Amino acid sequence: MKYTQEHEWLRPEGDIVTVGITKHATTQLGDIVFVELPEVGATVSKGEEIVVIESVKAASEIMAPIDGEIVEVNEALAANPALANQDATGAGWFFKIRPSDPSQMDDCMDEAAYTALIG
Amino acid sequence: MTEPRHTPLHALHLELGAKMVPFAGYELPVQYPMSVMQEHQHTRAHAGLFDVSHMGQIVIRGDNYADAAQALEALIPADVLGLAENRQRYGLLTSEEGGILDDLMFANRGDHLFLVVNAARKADDLAHLRARMDGVAITEITDRALLALQGPSAEKVLAALAPEVAGMRFMDVASLRIDGVDCWVSRSGYTGEDGFELSVPADRSEELARKLLAHEEVAPIGLGARDSLRLEAGLCLHGHDIDEDTTPVEADLGWSIQKLRRQGGVREGGFPGAAIILSQLAEGPSRKRVGLRPEGRAPMREGVTLFAEAEADTPVGRITSGGFGPTVGGPVAMGYLPVELATPGTTIHGELRGRRLPLTVTPLPFTPANFKR
Repeated sequence: MKYTQEHEWLRPEGDIVTVGITKHATTQLGDIVFVELPEVGATVSKGEEIVVIESVKAASEIMAPIDGEIVEVNEALAANPALANQDATGAGWFFKIRPSDPSQMDDCMDEAAYTALIG
Repeated sequence: MTEPRHTPLHALHLELGAKMVPFAGYELPVQYPMSVMQEHQHTRAHAGLFDVSHMGQIVIRGDNYADAAQALEALIPADVLGLAENRQRYGLLTSEEGGILDDLMFANRGDHLFLVVNAARKADDLAHLRARMDGVAITEITDRALLALQGPSAEKVLAALAPEVAGMRFMDVASLRIDGVDCWVSRSGYTGEDGFELSVPADRSEELARKLLAHEEVAPIGLGARDSLRLEAGLCLHGHDIDEDTTPVEADLGWSIQKLRRQGGVREGGFPGAAIILSQLAEGPSRKRVGLRPEGRAPMREGVTLFAEAEADTPVGRITSGGFGPTVGGPVAMGYLPVELATPGTTIHGELRGRRLPLTVTPLPFTPANFKR
């Protein structure tokens, strides 16, 4: 598993990468009550805001961590946003992306570096 | 910037694992480890304990109650004089322009008036009262904490310590010894649930709070759930849903102005902004505060602009409070609309992230009030 500065996790499986936000992020955000996911088939660029999350406190955006095509989104999460709080790295995943340049993931942190980041 | 003030329960909040935030000049718990959503649900199902010690507590004394009441009637469009002993009412401090300087509770405590005002407004309120009331002594009570115990189990929990509370009705007040502590009790709150507010000597407040929290049905509740509870209950937050630019009539708070202060009443007018407010009461306002339910799942918060139609160019209003309602199970909001659009069932549109999304005008409260009348 890889991590970004924006508290996203990336799990590569074959040529697809599953993306979500970390337990640390969901704890900071509080109870998540709304998630708006990107369109399947959309081509996205690294840094583009592609997900809106609303917690009881505020709205925030999630950026595409890498360039690629969205191949699947978690409809169960859209229907039940609390999954992100309950199981951040499992049932609470956000979308699956097919990277156009897998080497972009080299910029991501490993678990040890991320753990150090959140202290 | 000055350092935020602490309430007498500050150390207890830290011990309970609260996340503290600055609010109205104080450092207060926004949530505890339970989480905002669960704190909200717990209050509706059992009982929640809130530290509201940041709110202003004010005593007004004249030669007798009537003396103090008459003086306050010059600033509040309500029947203060006719309020029975040991009863409390909701009232508004109005401006000369008919706006709302603050909303508050006032109680007839026999020989004096007791007021509870908003934290962010208390310094201005005190200055206003002192400048505009003659022949009375106005004292800010700074040596007492204020606790709120809210929820369907509140009576059971408090009656175990002071059986007399079971005989109180909604908006009754009483001086009671609760577990050996002298409390000024009112049966009221800011959640839409039954409950009590307890003014407690500051040096005994932690002890009483611990006693209440020891009950298995009581959990500590932060500002986050306080806000979602009051929003579902359709209760206004000053500085958001009401302010100097909204009149009591526009805010749909005309019910707080009893008949005898209205046109043709025996003590008609005689408060700041009376001409504007009384004519709006008689003729109806041009805009009104309403409940709103966004049709999708996305919360629409304060500041969202409202339009009569999805394609309309000109806004007709804005949301003044909004968020997710845990008991409703979806987004809820309040805002102002022209009266012709304010009928329940009307569909309007709010602009969210560049898109116009539908909302339905909905009667308030969103969740039924659970008071003991």
